[in-house]
Amino acid sequence: MITLNHYLILSALLFAIGTAGVFLRRNLITMLLSIEIMLNAVNLTFVAVGRYLGTVDGQIITFFVMTVAAAEAAVGLALVIALFRHRETLSPDAFTALKW
Amino acid sequence: MDFSALAFYVFAALAILASLGVVGQRNPMYSVMLLITSFGALAGLYVLLDAPFTAVTQIIIYAGAIMVLFLFVVMLLNVPREEPAPALFATLAPHGLKIGAVLSLILGGEMVWALKRLPRGWFDQDAAAQSVSSVALIGKSLFTQHAFAFEATSILILVAMVGAVVIARRGQPS
Repeated sequence: MITLNHYLILSALLFAIGTAGVFLRRNLITMLLSIEIMLNAVNLTFVAVGRYLGTVDGQIITFFVMTVAAAEAAVGLALVIALFRHRETLSPDAFTALKW
Repeated sequence: MDFSALAFYVFAALAILASLGVVGQRNPMYSVMLLITSFGALAGLYVLLDAPFTAVTQIIIYAGAIMVLFLFVVMLLNVPREEPAPALFATLAPHGLKIGAVLSLILGGEMVWALKRLPRGWFDQDAAAQSVSSVALIGKSLFTQHAFAFEATSILILVAMVGAVVIARRGQPS
């Protein structure tokens, strides 16, 4: 039988993969994609725990997370386009103007 | 092994392999395609969790809308390969790599420790527990109990839309 623990472990693995992606990749678009993986790992936890507790609240918060993810993707990709126009590269190492 | 367990393992393996592919790919186009695969597998898991509404929104909003946005930007910028890391490890502090490895090992250990201490959470299989699949219940809760958050979300989308247009437009604001 599949238990809540299976879903939590799967979600932890997906979150770890997303975190590794943000740290290891040198491409702004792939970093944004890794953030989406992390958001989805958290969504899976919400839905699984909501099913475990027998409430719809898990699915409702997942709905809001998806909306915020859409807003984040729109603004993030607009920033990527603006940065690419400025420097002709997507490497985060090229954008160090704010670095101390 | 019954059908739902088999389906869980198939979808879980698909989600993990596709996510690893997203992180391991050098071509952002393939990354986006693999992420859509991963979202499809997650939608399957939502169906197994008696959440068909979430599964459908996952496909329509994530795979249908957000990923298309990513695809447009990937095609617009047309940077098929990311440049190799300019001596990545040399730019880190001398011991940065070691410290990072230790920190990630600690995080992994913490995760295993926390998940092992958790008691087994069996899902109730009676009809009352499966009522979470009801779209009517979700709608009722969304438009009564969470009505304010729902309306605030519409403002958020509007702000994001205006912000994206302003940030990405060409030329100097006069």
